[in-house]
Amino acid sequence: MSNATSEVMVRHQPLWRVRLSLMWKSFRSNWALFIENPIGVVGLIIILFFALMAVLHPILMRTVWDPTIYDPITGYDFEILTHPAPPSAKHLLGTDPLGRDVLSQLMYSTQTEFILGVVAALITVTIATAIGAISAYYGGVIDTLFMRIADLVIMLPFISILIVLSALFELSMFKLALVIGVLAGFGGTTVIIKSQALTVKVKPYIEAARVAGGGDRHIIMVHFIPNLLPLSFLYMMFTVTGAIFSEAVLSFFGLINIRMSWGIMIHTTQTAGYLLSVGQYWWLVIPSGLAITLLCSAFYLVGRALDEVVNPRLRRR
Amino acid sequence: MTRYVLRRLGQIVITFFLFQTLTFFLLYAQPGDIANQYLLNPNLPPDAAEKLRAELGLDKPPHLQYIQYMKNFLRGELGVSFSNYPRPVIDIILERLPRTLVLFFTATVISFYVGFALGKMLAWRRGGLFEYGTTIVGVTLYTVFTPWFALMMIWLFAFKFDLFPTGKFITPAFWRDAPVSANEVFHRMIWTGIIAGVVVFIAYLLLRRVPPPLRRVSGWLSLLVGVVVALGFWINSPLAPYAKDILWHMILPIGTLTLISFAGTMLLTRNSLLETMREDYILAARAKGLPEGVVRDKHAARTALLPVVTSFVFSLAFAIDGGVITETIFSWPGMGLTLLSAVTQEDIPLAMGAFSFTGILALLAHLVADVLYAYLDPRIRYS
Repeated sequence: MSNATSEVMVRHQPLWRVRLSLMWKSFRSNWALFIENPIGVVGLIIILFFALMAVLHPILMRTVWDPTIYDPITGYDFEILTHPAPPSAKHLLGTDPLGRDVLSQLMYSTQTEFILGVVAALITVTIATAIGAISAYYGGVIDTLFMRIADLVIMLPFISILIVLSALFELSMFKLALVIGVLAGFGGTTVIIKSQALTVKVKPYIEAARVAGGGDRHIIMVHFIPNLLPLSFLYMMFTVTGAIFSEAVLSFFGLINIRMSWGIMIHTTQTAGYLLSVGQYWWLVIPSGLAITLLCSAFYLVGRALDEVVNPRLRRR
Repeated sequence: MTRYVLRRLGQIVITFFLFQTLTFFLLYAQPGDIANQYLLNPNLPPDAAEKLRAELGLDKPPHLQYIQYMKNFLRGELGVSFSNYPRPVIDIILERLPRTLVLFFTATVISFYVGFALGKMLAWRRGGLFEYGTTIVGVTLYTVFTPWFALMMIWLFAFKFDLFPTGKFITPAFWRDAPVSANEVFHRMIWTGIIAGVVVFIAYLLLRRVPPPLRRVSGWLSLLVGVVVALGFWINSPLAPYAKDILWHMILPIGTLTLISFAGTMLLTRNSLLETMREDYILAARAKGLPEGVVRDKHAARTALLPVVTSFVFSLAFAIDGGVITETIFSWPGMGLTLLSAVTQEDIPLAMGAFSFTGILALLAHLVADVLYAYLDPRIRYS
């Protein structure tokens, strides 16, 4: 008797609430799997640390830091006679050869890197999921076309192409994110997501949906894509790593038009000739290089840990 | 299998053609007129410029130039480099490609050996402090900001401890009185390497048949034989000090590349092995009472090796692209450095040539990887 009443109660809930509670439930079980793995937790802590830095910068600029001294691009400290100056109470990470505060630059750049990484990753995942689902669902000519494009894109020497493109256009942050996102989206990520979509295609519920009269669009949107999203999310993490790394390389070679980033900080150090005086001027080289490395590896570590959750063959239970 | 390879070769030609077209128009669309760019080049005498202009058809519209370029390309003429006038592009590439390949091949072999050994250990001892520590260190090295890391290595080992040179291929002052060019010595070194490699392989095959106590160390023994052969070849040669100079310049870049890339293999091996360990035959091997080491190395690791081998071939394909960063930092005059300088100096023929070789390398690696995969894994059949 009590069973029957509870069933009736469940049925009376609106559909969106059922879906939401199911999503919450699966999120909770996946989260439990995720935090079991210290690798992912380490990555997540690093990402949160950098996110905190990104959020703190505008607050500090409004309250504690005087913009004429601490502005990451135009600031200059007149009270110090020689720049680059070593770390002091006023400049916790010293100043760069142009008299700007290194910590402020570091924190300001964090925002740029996050925006770049997330935008590039979102573009990649949107393209890759859509193409992967469509070419797995329809097969035939569409599939061949997209897979050959993917082959071509995989073959492209990524960094070299970006260097050519940076000579071609004035690459701003957003354009760079777009280029990286599109290249990654049409390339390897698509192939992986498509192969996942192929395993979804043969599941009985797809057949059932078709028998029940579901159209192509309905099946792709409601049955394909939700099953691909965990994998897409995983590859988002790897794209973020790739995007931040590419931006840093291009900035380091002085090839893109960005006001401030970690790569540009190293580029400034290089053009001013302090690059091999690491022992003497460590604050010019170590913080920015370490920041790039840490943020890249943090996203990669989270991706690895997610892989263990998403990939059933790697699951421990 | 033959039909599969032939069909793939056909596809490769088409893909390569598309790749060439794409890079040609990308390079052509660069700002600044190419014709002016090289007419203003002071290294180029005016009459030679006119001759080249007609040869390359630089006064024609882009699509005609493209057709002209493709015709020249099919005849094996890649043109003359603007920035190294009057050296032909093919000459420059043939000089620099071996340097890049040797650098990356050596680094890749070492990092795959290390990565595979570590990956096996990670998969076997899943969930310990050892695994987490190694993974975090490995991933940090794998995603490290390469130019920065290379500079730190140069600073530490070349500047601070003065163990290795800061960069470049040779020490120019030392080579002033050298009887032959650096390329000649380098080519001999490559041949020594190839011959020693073959000797190691043959020695390994022979030593596998000897009784157990020796057989266990057959890998190391055959390596020793190879080293002895290589040393015997060089020990009495008057060129030995020059070869040593080149080797000395190679150590730091190879070390850096190895540190950066070993984690990729390590993580791949781990995942591949974790999947293999679920197979029934591993359970069977354990149930037979085989020692863990034998189950791991003889039963599981062999199947897990498959994706690792493919990724080995792939990582060689991207040697030129990876070389752009490493070679620039180490001033190693290989293809990557050539590509970067050609692109930034708008030396279109040289850049096109470098891109073509990158493409050819990548496509061939794709094919080799696929064929190797089918050869190593009898379950895969191409039809």
